[in-house]
Amino acid sequence: MKNYHATVTVTLRKAILDVQGKTVESALHSLHMPQLGNVRIGKHIELSVQAPDADTAREVVREACDKLLTNPVMEDYAVNITEEGAA
Amino acid sequence: MKLGVVTFPGSNCDHDALHAGSVHGFESVRLWHKDTSLPSGLDVIVLPGGFSYGDYLRTGAIARFSPLMAEVIAFANAGGLVMGICNGFQILCEAGLLPGALIRNAHLDFVCRDVTLRTETNKTPFSIALAEGSLLRIPVAHGEGRYVAAPDVIESIEANGQVLFRYVDVTGAASEASNPNGSTNNIAGIVNAAGNVMGMMPHPERYVEAIVGGADGRGVFESLVRHLAGIPA
Repeated sequence: MKNYHATVTVTLRKAILDVQGKTVESALHSLHMPQLGNVRIGKHIELSVQAPDADTAREVVREACDKLLTNPVMEDYAVNITEEGAA
Repeated sequence: MKLGVVTFPGSNCDHDALHAGSVHGFESVRLWHKDTSLPSGLDVIVLPGGFSYGDYLRTGAIARFSPLMAEVIAFANAGGLVMGICNGFQILCEAGLLPGALIRNAHLDFVCRDVTLRTETNKTPFSIALAEGSLLRIPVAHGEGRYVAAPDVIESIEANGQVLFRYVDVTGAASEASNPNGSTNNIAGIVNAAGNVMGMMPHPERYVEAIVGGADGRGVFESLVRHLAGIPA
């Protein structure tokens, strides 16, 4: 078994208006940064995973996303897996 | 008639729901989220309002996995009457007993005030005592009550008569101004396709006696009584 570090990025699905993102965008514009746009606000989740290989680790994290960490009705997610440095 | 109300850690409208049940002649019984069985002879289960598990992760996302929820889901799938109010609605959506999801209000503010609801159908156990088109004044109190679902889901619940209540103005018109949270099509409450599971963001249990500000919430409980007594609309 190896130790992996997983990060999950959760965002509202593209079809759903991200009102937090819109509000922050207009605040940025009022702070004289009109060059910034398309602000989207999501969640960042970190986990450690014990698995024989990276593919299995990814599989387990995706299962966690589908069961609990995200709601497919309103959210999309991306999983990133890195092996923790050998001690 | 027996009405059970599930208390989750963070529920805060459970006693209101128990009281509303008692006022309408139900034997109101408390149910605990860690219970692994339901009492016998239960007619209705209410998932009450509140902030179960502090709304951590997503509203209702953790409560949905409470031990008792497996029993609630089995009860619903066997045709039992289940009503989710506010956080209870969010839990039912997370549990997959109702379509769609409730997300952050469009204006980002917590909204706590009376709203006007239009009764869209009385062909459900939760609205049988109400006239279609009748207007109810009922309070809302939520930060995440914007009902969303995929376009084909919205189309199907509209076509199947699953929209129970809609936010409207005092003239009964569903306008943008009368929509307190940006819900799709001003949807305030829905039922599942079978009609035995209902979720609504407004709080009928808070308005069952004029002394607390209103009694328009009675219609929902009177409907349950009437349905259980077998009296048609």
